[in-house]
Amino acid sequence: MKRIYTIEDACIGCHLCEVGCITEHSLSKDPVKAFLHEPERPISRCTVEELHGGIISLSTTCRHCDEPDCLRACISGAIQKNAEGIVRIDTEQCVGCWSCVMACPYGAIQRNLKKKKANKCDLCPDRQSPACVDACPNRALVYREGSQK
Amino acid sequence: MNYVIVGNSVAAVGAIRAIRERDQQGNITVISRERHNVYGRPLISYLLGGLINEKRMAYLPNEFYLQNRINLLLESEVVAVDTAAKKIKLAAGDAIPYDKLLLATGGDPFIPPIEGMSDKDRIFTFTTWEDAAKLKGIAPDISRAVVIGGGLIGLKAAEGLNLLDKPVSVVELADRVLSSAFDRPAGKIVARKMKANGIDVITEDTIVRIEGDGADISGVTLKSGDFIPCDTVVVAIGVRPAAAFLKGSDIEVNRGIVVDATMQTSKKDVYAAGDVTEAADFFSGQKNPMPIWPDAYIQGDIAGAAMAGEKKEYVGGLAMNSIEFFKVSTISMGVTNPKEPTEYEIHTYQDIQNYQYRKVVLQNNRLVGAVLVGNVDRAGIFSGLIREKIDVTPFRESLLTPDFGFLNLSRDIRDRLFAPQGKVTDNGHTERAAGH
Ligand SMILES: Cc1cc2nc3c(=O)[nH]c(=O)nc-3n(C[C@H](O)[C@H](O)[C@H](O)COP(=O)(O)OP(=O)(O)OC[C@H]3O[C@@H](n4cnc5c(N)ncnc54)[C@H](O)[C@@H]3O)c2cc1C
Ligand code: SF4
Ligand code: SF4
Repeated sequence: MKRIYTIEDACIGCHLCEVGCITEHSLSKDPVKAFLHEPERPISRCTVEELHGGIISLSTTCRHCDEPDCLRACISGAIQKNAEGIVRIDTEQCVGCWSCVMACPYGAIQRNLKKKKANKCDLCPDRQSPACVDACPNRALVYREGSQK
Repeated sequence: MNYVIVGNSVAAVGAIRAIRERDQQGNITVISRERHNVYGRPLISYLLGGLINEKRMAYLPNEFYLQNRINLLLESEVVAVDTAAKKIKLAAGDAIPYDKLLLATGGDPFIPPIEGMSDKDRIFTFTTWEDAAKLKGIAPDISRAVVIGGGLIGLKAAEGLNLLDKPVSVVELADRVLSSAFDRPAGKIVARKMKANGIDVITEDTIVRIEGDGADISGVTLKSGDFIPCDTVVVAIGVRPAAAFLKGSDIEVNRGIVVDATMQTSKKDVYAAGDVTEAADFFSGQKNPMPIWPDAYIQGDIAGAAMAGEKKEYVGGLAMNSIEFFKVSTISMGVTNPKEPTEYEIHTYQDIQNYQYRKVVLQNNRLVGAVLVGNVDRAGIFSGLIREKIDVTPFRESLLTPDFGFLNLSRDIRDRLFAPQGKVTDNGHTERAAGH
């Protein structure tokens, strides 16, 4: 299946992947409205890490594992893998226990503390290519066939 | 192929999926003494407390059984296994033949004998949907409840009752709650938060007598001599592997059903997975019951694969728990309280006032355990480091920093985890390194 990979040397730590992700998962799908006017702004499902004041940076996200540790740890059944291999969280079903946060070795699950719900990359079901990948000005994120690692 | 699975919880689900991935044809029969389809057992306190409704208890959509062509026998208790005839026996008398058998019967609540308990009505356990429903049913006339046991199940029962505005006392023998998963500071933080929310936590004490006339409870007397008036008692000392039905069979049971790395029991074609087993520990390889949900899933998966003819090996169970009490998140994993502290290197960070605490336990420069209270984000990176036995020497100083992440690890690890193999060109296609 297609997954998102990171080319660390190309990442400039601009956080636009996060902006793209938040926008895509907002109600309006408009960045200005999403950031300024929506009562419940989504949280980003990709994480940009920076070290030494941004000299090195890297955007990480879910690997859609073949044997997902998050799914195995989820006590409510909110995390399921579909026939295409995409691992998603059913937000309704999630009880916010953070077992998935504890189990995912890629640190790829975010806690939405306001809603007490876990969030993770869903590979943007409404798009051809994930919003973070499209938003990256430096092509540091690539969406292609490959193994989970 | 005739697969028979006893138990219908998470270990069974792991096994069903693993079998169906490899064998679409075989017959799968799942037998459970409960009347519900698989449900989120840890959710029973949320159900009791009214945080979720019955619909959300379902762990999987109902179609799961149909899609996987499961022959489901609910409300059927298995009472014996005859490995020579390759049959199991149900309480109703029927015998069911198997080619491959999985015992995934989980745990039974352990109830120690306590003086005065035999004729009392309102003594409960708290491990099944039914238990939660019963407690919820009588909740309107509970005036005070006492929970015996400050482990995970006891605290969850107390939390559920507290959410219903019932006064609750928890009595724990150890010096802190959650003594098996947590260390002192973490246990103390959780107890402090519980007390602030009206749950009375009594440690280093136990119940010696349940008082009252006839079937009614008037209170409990503690070892210290204290008396707590109450009308309801929840016994939550722990669970024991539910293997009593194997008595008289030739399947080896120690503290739990003994299994090898493929989850096979001492008898060929009989497997066991989940809380009922005594499987190897990740660090020591010693065999112990490890009653946690993720581990039950993983064991079920390995057993299912083996039953369908593929050999996968269990690397050992890593204890881990994520528990949230009154908005304080806590995650613990691996070795959190080493018995021989000198063999370990321990680093902590604490800000108890703000319910923040972090602890990492190292052995031979490898991470072997962690406790996180408050900010638990990305805790899974630690479980990955433990599982992969990564040498943390280059970044040991940063383990406690709140924004610890992959950039603290070596480039090599990051590339392995996140980078596409080979060099990626402008158009997003990968070019293999020269020569390939
Ligand atoms: C209140 C509570 C909270 C918990 N919270 C957490 C948590 O937050 N995180 C975590 O990791 N774990 C938690 N656990 C533990 C977790 O629920 C178990 O580890 C997990 O359910 C084990 O799964 P299992 O498939 O091995 O067996 P079980 O879930 O115990 O299921 C066994 C099934 O087998 C059936 N059965 C047993 N004997 C027979 C028989 N003879 N014939 C027919 N059927 C039989 C039972 O009725 C049951 O349906 C919690 C448990 C409880 C009770
Ligand atoms: S959240 Fe983590 S464990 Fe789950 S599929 Fe993604 S990377 Fe794998
Ligand atoms: S936080 Fe939600 S998705 Fe994550 S394990 Fe708990 S119930 Fe499942």
